[in-house]
Amino acid sequence: MADITLRVNGSERKVSVSPETPLLWVLRDTLELTGTKFGCGAGLCGACTVHLDGSAVRSCSTPVSQATGKNITTIEGLSANGLHVLQSAWIAEEVPQCGYCQTGQIMSAAALLAKTPNPSDEEITAAMNGNICRCGTYERIRKAIHRAAGNGGAR
Amino acid sequence: MSPLSRREFVSVGVAAGAGLVLGFYLPHGKSGQQEFSPNAYLRITPDNKVTIVVARSEMGQGVRTALPMILAEELEADWKQIEIEQAGASTLFGDQTTGGSASVRTTWDPMRKAGAAAREMLISAAALTWGVPRSACTAESGRIKHASSNRSLSYGELAGKAATLPIPTDVPLKQSKDYKIVGQRLPRVDSPAKVKGEAIFGIDHRVPEMKFAVLSRCPVIGGKVASFDDSDAKKVPGVSYVGKTGDSAVTVVAESVWGAMEGRRVLKITWDEGPNKDMNTAAVMASLRQGVAKKPVNLYLAGDPAKAAGHRISAEYELPFMAHAPMEPGNCTAHYQGSKCELWAPTQVPQDCRDSVAQAVGLDPDQVKVNVTLMGGGFGRRLEHDYAVEAALVSKAINAPVKVIWTREDDMRCSTYRPASLHQLNATLDGSGYPVALTHLIVAPSISGQKGQPTPGNVDPDLPDEAGPVYGVPHYSIDYAMTETPVPLGWMRSVYALQAAFALESFIDELADAAHKDPLEFRLHLLAKDQDLPYFTTTWHTARMRGVVQLAAEKAGWSKALESGRFRGIACFGCFASYVAEVVEISMEDDQPRVHRVVAAVDCGQVVNPSILEQQIQGGIVYALTNALRARITIEKGRVVQGNFDDYAPLRMEETPVVEVYAVPSQEAPTGIGEPSIPPLAPALCNAMYAATKKRIRKLPILSS
Repeated sequence: MADITLRVNGSERKVSVSPETPLLWVLRDTLELTGTKFGCGAGLCGACTVHLDGSAVRSCSTPVSQATGKNITTIEGLSANGLHVLQSAWIAEEVPQCGYCQTGQIMSAAALLAKTPNPSDEEITAAMNGNICRCGTYERIRKAIHRAAGNGGAR
Repeated sequence: MSPLSRREFVSVGVAAGAGLVLGFYLPHGKSGQQEFSPNAYLRITPDNKVTIVVARSEMGQGVRTALPMILAEELEADWKQIEIEQAGASTLFGDQTTGGSASVRTTWDPMRKAGAAAREMLISAAALTWGVPRSACTAESGRIKHASSNRSLSYGELAGKAATLPIPTDVPLKQSKDYKIVGQRLPRVDSPAKVKGEAIFGIDHRVPEMKFAVLSRCPVIGGKVASFDDSDAKKVPGVSYVGKTGDSAVTVVAESVWGAMEGRRVLKITWDEGPNKDMNTAAVMASLRQGVAKKPVNLYLAGDPAKAAGHRISAEYELPFMAHAPMEPGNCTAHYQGSKCELWAPTQVPQDCRDSVAQAVGLDPDQVKVNVTLMGGGFGRRLEHDYAVEAALVSKAINAPVKVIWTREDDMRCSTYRPASLHQLNATLDGSGYPVALTHLIVAPSISGQKGQPTPGNVDPDLPDEAGPVYGVPHYSIDYAMTETPVPLGWMRSVYALQAAFALESFIDELADAAHKDPLEFRLHLLAKDQDLPYFTTTWHTARMRGVVQLAAEKAGWSKALESGRFRGIACFGCFASYVAEVVEISMEDDQPRVHRVVAAVDCGQVVNPSILEQQIQGGIVYALTNALRARITIEKGRVVQGNFDDYAPLRMEETPVVEVYAVPSQEAPTGIGEPSIPPLAPALCNAMYAATKKRIRKLPILSS
C-alpha cells in the first residue's frame, strides 16, 4: 500500500492503494466514480476510457502509479457546466441502448474532438474502433460525433 | 406480513402470451395519503406526480420508456409529468421475466387496461366534484375538462376523490387512430443519466460496509474443487475471506475488486476435473450427428412430404455454440441478514433470483427482496440466476454485504451458451424447380431440458416461438431431434430462430439457384398465395411475410443493378410473432465479406416507439453480424477456449454497415422487436457471398469455414 495523490476532475484526491492497482479500480472502488466502466480488464473494449492530460487511455490497464502528476478526467468531470456537446449529441441521436459502454465511447470521442475538431469518417473510425458496443450503436455514435463537431452533413 | 395480505386484490383477468398477468389493486386511498393507486402499475399523488411502475427489466431494449408510454396513452397523461419506477421481484405483476421479445406484447393489454381504468375513475371523480354528467367530461394531457363550463382539474387534484371510487372492470380502450403517445418518437427516459455516467448498473450499486468478491470456478465443465491452499491469497492486502462456495468454486473476498482479483491470482486450487475433462468440440458435434439417427418429434406438418415425387435436393447446415458477452460482466450485490436477504441484481428474472436465492440460503421467498438494477446488456445471459445465488451464499458466509463480480474471462468461460445445432433439409421440386415438398430436421440439445424444466413431448418449449414455417409449401415438415450435451446451455438473443433461419433461408437460396431463378422472385412465388400456417399457438401468415420481403426489396432497390463489385442477398424469417426480411449488400475483400448496407423491413404490429424499434433492429443486426462472422465457442479438454474480446471478437465500428429500418404500418397488436432482426442476417449475408463467389457457406461462423 502507498499513499498516492491524484488530480481527478480538477480536485486533489488522496488514496491509499498498492501502486500497481489499475486506475479503473481506484476510480470506481476508492473514489466511487462509477461512470467509468469495467468491461474486459485487458484494454480490449474501451469501456474504462478516461483522459490523462487530455489523451484517452484505458484505465483498466493503467497502473495508478502512472496517473500521478497528471490531470485525470472521467465522465463525471467531462463538462464543468451541464452537458458536454458530445453528451447532448448522444441524446439527440438516441445513441444509448443499455448505455454501459457509452461513457467510455464519449470519453474516446471527446479526446478525438479535442485534437480533431472536424473529424472525417475515417478519423472517427480510427479513434473509436477500440470501443466495443454489444448493442451495436456504432452508426449512431458516428452521427453523434459529426453532430457534435457541427458538421452533421459531412458524410 | 407478506405484501399480498396487505392488499385487496381484484383480477383484471388479462390472459397474456407468457401466462396470466393480473393487476392487483391496492386499497383505495392509502391511509392519510390521498394517493390514487387503482392498480400496481400506477400511482397518482395530490402533488400531481404520476408514477408508472415498470415490471420488466431494462437492459437496453427501452422498456422503461415503451411500457409507460402504453399506460400513459390510455390514461391521457401528460408525458412530461410521468415518473418511472422500476419494480423489483413482486407478486403483483404475474411473471416478470424479461425475455422472448415479450415485454411489449404481453403487457400491451394489462398496461392499456390499467391506464384506461384510471382514466375512467378520474373522469368520474371530476363529474362528481362538479355535479355534471360523466359524458360531459373529457380527459386530456393530465387533466379532466368540462368544456361547457370551461373548468378543469389536474389528475393530482382528483386523486383523493378517485381513490374512493369503485374500480371499473370493463373499460373502453382507445382506437389507434386517436393515439397521441403510442407511435411517437419520444426520447428514451434513460438517456441523460447514461451519457452523464450517473446511471447505476448492477456493478455500480453500493451498500454501506460492502465487500467485494470474485470466485475461482472450475474451468472444466462439471468439475469440482478437490482442495485449495489459501496461504498466499490471504497475504494479499485487503483479503478478508477465502472459502468454498458450492462444490465447484472458491471465493476470495476483499475490500476492493482489485484486492479480490489479486487474491484469486495467487490462490492454489486442485480441481477434481470430473467426467468431461477430455471433452472437445469434435465430440460435441459428433453427438449432434448421432441425433440424426434418433426418431425426431414433429413440430409442423402440412401435407405428406414423403409422398411427393420429383427431383430432390438436400443440404446440411451446422452452427456452433455462441456466448452472449454483454458489456457489463456478471455481478450481483447481496446482503444476507439472518432472517432476510436483500439483493441488487442486474437480472432478467427477478422472481427466479428470489426463489433460487431463498432455496440456496434457507429462507422463504418472501424473506428475499430483489431490487432490479439497470443492466449493461442482457441478450439472455441474465435469464440465469447464478450471480444472485453466488452473491447470497457469499454474503451469508461472511455475514456482510458483498458484491460478486465476474471478470470478462469468467463471463466467457463459465457461462451458458447458445446451443450448437445441425440441420438437414430436403426438397422435392416441381418441373419449374419450386419445392412441392420441404423437410427440415433440427438437431440440437434442449436448453430447458438441460435445466430440468419441462419439455412436453420432447419438444424444447422455445421452438414454438422460434422455429416455425415460413412458406406455404404444400408438403412441409419441421422435425426436432433432442440431443444432450454437458456444455451449459442458455437462451441467447433469438434463441433457436438464428439456427433455424440460417438453415432454411440458405437452403431456399440453394433451391432458387438450382432453378436459375432470382432469389427474391423465388421467395415471392412461394409466398404468392395468402395462407395461414398454424404452428403451435401462433399462426404465421404468408401475406405478412410477403409484405416484409417486398418492402425490404423495394427499399434496397433490388430491381436496380448494383455498382461493380457489390453483391446482395436476401432472407426472411418470423419469430416471436414478428416478420422480418433483410437485404444485405457486400463486397468481397481478401475472400472476406465486407458488409456495406443492410435494409431491414419489419412487421411487428403497432409500433409503440419507432425510434426504439429502429435502435433494436439496428443493434440486432450488428449483434447478428458478429454471430455470423466470428462468434464461436469451442471446447478443449473440457474447457471453454475463448476468454476475452480478442478471441471472441465482437463487431467494431470499422466493420459496421449502415442499417436502414422500415416498419410495415399496422394496427395489429404489437409483437416482438428485440430478437426478430437477428435470424435473417446470417443467411442473407451468406446468400450475398454466394452471389459474389458461387461458394455456399453451410457452417457458421463464416470466417472459420
